[in-house]
Amino acid sequence: MPTLFDKVWDAHVVTEVPGGNQVLYIDKHLIHEVTSPQAFNGLRERGLPLFRTDRIVATADHNVPTKDQHKPIAEPLSRKQVNMLTTNCEEFGVELYGLGHPYQGIVHVIGPELGITRPGITMVCGDSHTSTHGAFGAIAFGIGTSQVEQVMATQCVLMSKPKKMRINIEGEPQPGVTAKDLILYVIAQLGTGGGTGHFVEYAGSAVRNLSMEGRMTICNMSIEMGARGGLIAPDETTFEYIKGREFAPEGEEWDAAVDYWRTLPTDADAVFDQEYTYRAEDIPPMITYGTNPGMGMGVTETIPTKSEIHGDATLKKAMEYMGLELGNKMEGMPIDYVFIGSCTNSRVEDLRLAAALIKGKQIHENVTGIVVPGSQQVAKQAIAEGLDKVYTDAGFEFRGAGCSACLGMNEDKIPAGRYCVSTSNRNFEGRQGPGARTILASPLTAAAAAVAGKIVDVRGMA
Amino acid sequence: MKPLKTLTSTAVPLPIEDIDTDQIIPARFLKSVTRDGFGDNLFRDWRYDKLEHPRPDFVLNNPTYSGEILVAGANFGCGSSREHAAWALADYGFRVVVSSYFADIFRGNALNNGLLPLIVSPEVLDETFRTIEAKPAARFTVDLEAQTFKNEETGTVTGFEIDEYKKTCLLNGYDDIDFLLSQQDKIEAYESNRVEH
Repeated sequence: MPTLFDKVWDAHVVTEVPGGNQVLYIDKHLIHEVTSPQAFNGLRERGLPLFRTDRIVATADHNVPTKDQHKPIAEPLSRKQVNMLTTNCEEFGVELYGLGHPYQGIVHVIGPELGITRPGITMVCGDSHTSTHGAFGAIAFGIGTSQVEQVMATQCVLMSKPKKMRINIEGEPQPGVTAKDLILYVIAQLGTGGGTGHFVEYAGSAVRNLSMEGRMTICNMSIEMGARGGLIAPDETTFEYIKGREFAPEGEEWDAAVDYWRTLPTDADAVFDQEYTYRAEDIPPMITYGTNPGMGMGVTETIPTKSEIHGDATLKKAMEYMGLELGNKMEGMPIDYVFIGSCTNSRVEDLRLAAALIKGKQIHENVTGIVVPGSQQVAKQAIAEGLDKVYTDAGFEFRGAGCSACLGMNEDKIPAGRYCVSTSNRNFEGRQGPGARTILASPLTAAAAAVAGKIVDVRGMA
Repeated sequence: MKPLKTLTSTAVPLPIEDIDTDQIIPARFLKSVTRDGFGDNLFRDWRYDKLEHPRPDFVLNNPTYSGEILVAGANFGCGSSREHAAWALADYGFRVVVSSYFADIFRGNALNNGLLPLIVSPEVLDETFRTIEAKPAARFTVDLEAQTFKNEETGTVTGFEIDEYKKTCLLNGYDDIDFLLSQQDKIEAYESNRVEH
């Protein structure tokens, strides 16, 4: 009867509270410089220690520069925030993979690559894209800073159990259609609030056939349809990815873990509160036209003039901001920037995919292209494979690891009014810099746009 | 946390759906290491233009509208988990946000900061917008104990849902952390009884 989500959730309930809330035990807590300082301050003010220091891992990602990472951070407020993370971690004894550490990187890239993320665990981070880790069959979700402090003090959060949704994607995707396109398609169907109150399990043959990187891309964007998190049943692909990583279990512990992980998938007779099924072959390469990730369409389609999800006023406001018109096509439209990076699409597989298309070509003279690997380890691997050279030969900049232009907290911003095809997760107004116009897409579509200097259908380029 | 019991106030209308936390407080203002002062940058890029001049067409710059209640379109607070969004709204002076639904993380963050996310039906939300449009000085009463939202102009009273535990916290200004700390024995018992993989 129980679903994957039920099995993991129920195994972590410490106690129930009258009124429907539960005290949920958290196995792993990831922290970064932006949403942790106020939580550490809170502990200090209350005179509290960390409850379980060995369950916290810290990294600096949101604010870090992606150029000259060996130098002190130039921007004073960013420097202060990153330095404060270092001081807080030293004072409280937290393991920190800070700037300059070989494990530093985007928190949602390093968790999986170090083997910290595992099936069946609960994970939180003061960051909404914590849903990424659900790709391993973990319950992983973003929390606010008050909850960061609660987890630091008690290793628990207080929550009511979310409802359950299953999204099945069946069949074989078209050539050139990636995990990013699958999830952008789903979000365009359900809207940016369609998953509110739910935890989503992704299933179906198209999901099962994805690599772990692809599954992470899917789960990463669960929050973009309002879902609390997303998860995928662990299988051989999952086990193979984890085995041998830095903090992965070994020997007998590994065998026992795998035995347990095999019990986690949703039972055949389980029932969900909501269930949707899509056919992979119906899904084209996707782009967004508006100012939230639900405003997406096939790359050759026209911007809808009417929407069941978005009200007329909201659509009109989005068009004004984007400098676009309802009813028009975007294919062939010139673009100014291409950003390949973010916790959605900055893993080595993403960099390989885009590099394969770019290899031997030049990016268009009107386009500025930036590639930001998700972690130092991704950068190292990419360099070992010569991918950095493929990008720089083509005219891209190949930078150091961090969140970068996904949210423009560091100096990597898109200028006002410019169009950026971005492999990140949010096209909100001002997300990549004040006035910046973001078009979300897959690494393949982004790479193709960089070369063509305009929005193109990758299906014609493969 | 500042307790909230009852409140009668005029309201500020923001009839846009899917207002994300990047609009409520843009990322470049998240570099503070304290919880204070975020109100100045609330809706920064909607409130001010590139030259830092107030945009006259934005509701917070319109002296006709004021109050401790913000009324916003559906799916308010979607996107980033930044609690700074709740801090900015509270610091600016809002105690209640009314919408037809809220993004989950924002709703939790608001409740942890004495800011009530008050959910009404889409019909009541529309009526509330219409009332404010017709009469910006219209007043509304939120009674948390009774779980009612009253449009003083039309006399319409609607109930709203909130879980018992969170209601008690808001009424009394209790923080979740105090409750969780009181559960430490149970948490330690859980840890010692489980087999972890």
